[in-house]
Amino acid sequence: MSETAVFESEVVPENVPGERSKAASALEVLALYAICLFGALALAALLVEFGSDKGSWTSVYTVILDGAIRRPGRWGLTLGITAPILLVGLGTTVSGRAGLVNIGQEGQLVVGAGFACYVGVRIGGPGPIAIVVALACGIIGGAIWAGIAGALRFWRNVPEVLTTLLMGIVASNLVGWGLRNRFLLLAPPEGRANRNQVSLPLAKSHRIPRVELFGNEFPISIVLAVGLAIVVWLVLGRTVVGFRLRMLGRNARTARRAGVNQKRYGIGAMLVSGGFAGLAGAVMLAGGDFGDYQLVADFGAGIGFAGLLAALVARQRALVLIFVAFLFAGLRSGSGFLRATGVSARIADVVQGTLVLSMLLPPAILYLRARRRAIAATSART
Amino acid sequence: MSNFFSALGDIFTNESMYRNTMIVAVVLMFAASGELVAEKAGTINISLEGMMLAGAYAAAVGQARGGAWGGLAMAALAGLLVAAIQANMSHRLSADQFVVGLVLNVLVLGIVGFLVGSNEPESHVVKRFEIPGLSKIPLIGPALFDAPWVLYVVYPVVPAIWFLLYRTRWGLEVRAIGEDPNASDVSGLSVNKLRRQTIYLTGMLAGVGGGYFLYARSPLFEDSLIGGRGYIAIAAVIFGGWTLKGTVAGCVIFGLVSSFVLTIPGLGYKAIDTAFLAMAPNLVTIVVMLLFAKRVRQPAALARPFLRGLK
Repeated sequence: MSETAVFESEVVPENVPGERSKAASALEVLALYAICLFGALALAALLVEFGSDKGSWTSVYTVILDGAIRRPGRWGLTLGITAPILLVGLGTTVSGRAGLVNIGQEGQLVVGAGFACYVGVRIGGPGPIAIVVALACGIIGGAIWAGIAGALRFWRNVPEVLTTLLMGIVASNLVGWGLRNRFLLLAPPEGRANRNQVSLPLAKSHRIPRVELFGNEFPISIVLAVGLAIVVWLVLGRTVVGFRLRMLGRNARTARRAGVNQKRYGIGAMLVSGGFAGLAGAVMLAGGDFGDYQLVADFGAGIGFAGLLAALVARQRALVLIFVAFLFAGLRSGSGFLRATGVSARIADVVQGTLVLSMLLPPAILYLRARRRAIAATSART
Repeated sequence: MSNFFSALGDIFTNESMYRNTMIVAVVLMFAASGELVAEKAGTINISLEGMMLAGAYAAAVGQARGGAWGGLAMAALAGLLVAAIQANMSHRLSADQFVVGLVLNVLVLGIVGFLVGSNEPESHVVKRFEIPGLSKIPLIGPALFDAPWVLYVVYPVVPAIWFLLYRTRWGLEVRAIGEDPNASDVSGLSVNKLRRQTIYLTGMLAGVGGGYFLYARSPLFEDSLIGGRGYIAIAAVIFGGWTLKGTVAGCVIFGLVSSFVLTIPGLGYKAIDTAFLAMAPNLVTIVVMLLFAKRVRQPAALARPFLRGLK
């Protein structure tokens, strides 16, 4: 993303006089994260206490925890929500490593879901093949949507930060239009409930199978998502392609001199990023947990943004992302029970936001301190 | 074809079309003129959207206590608060400016949504104030000079920004750090401090812009009030090629396009689906950036964090 992504180990020269032992600094790092975490939760708690006249902060956190894991059958739902968040986050990780700021995942996800829905309700054939085809269409849809922004970035120098976001708003309008037209997504009027903007549901055989474990039911797409997380981790950390991508993100000039084709890798990273978001949309559609296997208006439901934020918190590390995605999914499934306490469910968004903001602090502080030490050390030597 | 032209004629001779254009264009001007200063100093300030929304909410709350002027002051303060977080995280702790901005937008939306859900503020549209004589200019006169009086606040703001950027020492320093922060640093300017100051200015202007929009447009505060206009304001700066004139022109053009969304169905033309009208401002923004982004020269250090000894 920028120079802040540099690991501290790279700037701290060895044998710095006065550098504390590794164990102590690990403890410091842990303490720093803990302070920031508590600060974030306390800030949200303060808002509940003083911002609304209903509910107390203890009840809010208890209810969220109940709804996320403690009540029977809830962690299955949380896992079902984790899958798309994780997928979106993985895509963001890839583009972020290449130094690109894709913030239009919400739109890419909706386009992916739209493509998957269009194909998924039309094709016949055996279930497993149909599912794979629908998911592939989702990937293509999302990749096209992000690819446009990537192409504009590398051919016309248009900042991808803005185009991805603006394309996201266009996407939701476009899919909304598709949902008003029979030849695209809208279901035929007979047999449709009085809601007017819905698609046909996917046929029973075209849905992602769900498994039951200890009374919790979840789609197997979570296994796919975790598997892909490991793949992304391997590719980024252990292959030449991954190395080139990271080099592009850290220092584009060095990458160019080392022979990395900036256009190819940059646009490629955007395509992968959008493809993951599109896959997430398709998985939401075919996996359950998000409506009735059919496309509705506002289908994205903020999952794209949650995935993006999860990737930011995980700081582009695919394996850490798995846990962050689960945490964010828990916030979402837990907030479903909040209505009973009278506190607006939007508090979950606030908790998520303060968490992300506070998680930006420790790496920045550590990086700055490491730099200051390094500068002090070099100036002491000369 | 003649149908099409008569439709165009209808649209462009419609007085309320110009009114709607102006209402959106002015909110963009508030935000974009601040954003221009921040970008001249080297920051792409994504949290513009959050600043505007915070400003609009504070204006809604403030109007009940201190009237419209009090509301605008509250709006500026709210924008400043968001700006303080953005500025200090991105230009003191050198966290990634896009990440901070994006998270702030999400956070402000969450907080505002939560607060509105708990107790909805009551606000009302401010009165129109007619400037005699000038408001009689055909077509654009009423839009410019018979408007809610808060609109007139923008008239001194834009020249003031020009003066600040191009005729003061501070403005020169701001433009210098946006072009070559290392050289500026060596010659004794405090790069990150100046950058923080530009973001504070942006926050106050964007906050006032959000407050203005609430007063001029919608009597009821909703958390979708700003609805992506912050990003369009950033695009207006790019469209304007980082000049004030161009930025203002960009704001007017984007205002025009978004006013079509209201005007065209209002005049009874149903040929275009509302979805396409709603996405039109965004599409036009993208096309315009596609045409202009390569032709103009951006501040050389745009979006690069400054750390001493780091290129």
